[in-house]
Amino acid sequence: MATPLVVSEVFKSFTMHLRDGIKLPVVNDVNFSVASGECVVLGGPSGIGKSSILKMLYGNYAVDAGQILVDHNDRLVDIARADPRTVLDVRRHTLGYVSQFLRTVPRVSALDVVAEPLVARGIAAPEARDKAAELLAKLNLPRELWTLPPATFSGGEQQRVNIARGFITSHRILLLDEPTASLDAVNRRVVVEMIADKKRDGVALLGIFHDEEVREAVADRVLDVSQFSPRKAVAA
Amino acid sequence: MTDTPLLKVSGVSKFYGSRIGCKDVSFDLWPGEVLAIVGESGSGKTTLLNCLSTRLMPTAGSVEYRMRDGNFRDLYHMSEAERRFLMRTDWGFVHQNPADGLRMTVSAGANVGERLMAVGDRHYGKIRETASDWLTRVEIGTDRIDDQPRAFSGGMRQRLQIARNLVTGPRLVFMDEPTGGLDVSVQARLLDLVRGLVNDLGLSAIVVTHDLAVARLLSHRMMVMKDGHVIEHGLTDRVLDDPREPYTQLLVSSILQV
Repeated sequence: MATPLVVSEVFKSFTMHLRDGIKLPVVNDVNFSVASGECVVLGGPSGIGKSSILKMLYGNYAVDAGQILVDHNDRLVDIARADPRTVLDVRRHTLGYVSQFLRTVPRVSALDVVAEPLVARGIAAPEARDKAAELLAKLNLPRELWTLPPATFSGGEQQRVNIARGFITSHRILLLDEPTASLDAVNRRVVVEMIADKKRDGVALLGIFHDEEVREAVADRVLDVSQFSPRKAVAA
Repeated sequence: MTDTPLLKVSGVSKFYGSRIGCKDVSFDLWPGEVLAIVGESGSGKTTLLNCLSTRLMPTAGSVEYRMRDGNFRDLYHMSEAERRFLMRTDWGFVHQNPADGLRMTVSAGANVGERLMAVGDRHYGKIRETASDWLTRVEIGTDRIDDQPRAFSGGMRQRLQIARNLVTGPRLVFMDEPTGGLDVSVQARLLDLVRGLVNDLGLSAIVVTHDLAVARLLSHRMMVMKDGHVIEHGLTDRVLDDPREPYTQLLVSSILQV
């Protein structure tokens, strides 16, 4: 089995056409890989490009140069160059993502929001809902909220819906963007356990965790993103 | 993933005299895929939609459609009768103004049933049963089945138009600003309904909209048009979160935050 995720020589900048075309370099020459069963944490100060790296890996941001190789159904896919249809297929089956904020859809219940990734993979709705209920219970989301759309939930409640949605599938790679940022201590511990379970199942995890306690608990190694910062390169 | 597209568009151009309607548009549409065409008024998105759906003859280019027998046919080389049959059965077209897609003076049930009769259904009881089932799916009370759409609100008319289009189980649906002119609470309900139906039925759809939020919610892939040209094309969240072209950046930065 190939290494699930290999990133090599990735460059990213933003060109702000509405601001006289200023070019903002984000990261230069990013190189790393994540092995099966490993949790790598992206470290470094705010604004150094950690979230941008996750978004490039998920196909959400375009890449200027370099390769992002994902082992997708025993075939290597370069996310940096793949067409939209392939990226969507990789997201459906191989690459999961827990964002910082939940993008709510009007009128869809929390339970269905969580079950959706399973339904998209062809699992019957009742079975997907059972699994969703199990996860929401584990994350201590009050049962009376399950049938409501999450738009009116508190930050912590929305985040738990988001985590459940990201963890429900057996994706081989999971990207986590501060999944514990607005959680209380009890639920932070639940998430730490869930991450440990994923590692045992051989999932490759890559995440951003500002909470030191969580980071200590889950990280196999910390990758310092400031080494890829173009600002550092200029200073050196 | 299936390996054959449903629609192959190559080099489609439409000129109005010397003025460009749309120029040299090429793309493939895959089964189950929703493509949004965005851009401001006059950018050529409706011209393109009309060319794709054969409501308008393009000046150049070809559009090939994979028929149910698996063979590709060039839409502009079909006979008028074949094209009409395709539009009535395998395709749907949802107009911005429901009055353009409905018959306003016959009942809601007949509006839905008419498309069924076009594909050969003759059993009155069955047609009525299917019509009533579809009214329920688009959240119109079955007690309204004998009312004319004239008596319906804008949101209800739009939902009825969707039912009329989907009842024959089309594989491809064209939508021209499906939520235009509806107030926001009605829009949300309609979007949710369309999203659910597209997912459940595995439809392919091409949606023209100037509303980027609608594009984000409904589409997998997005094409941005300006002055008749496609200037940016990609995964919907990539185009919206990391727009590359100056005009796309302007569009995205012009969205009002609530």
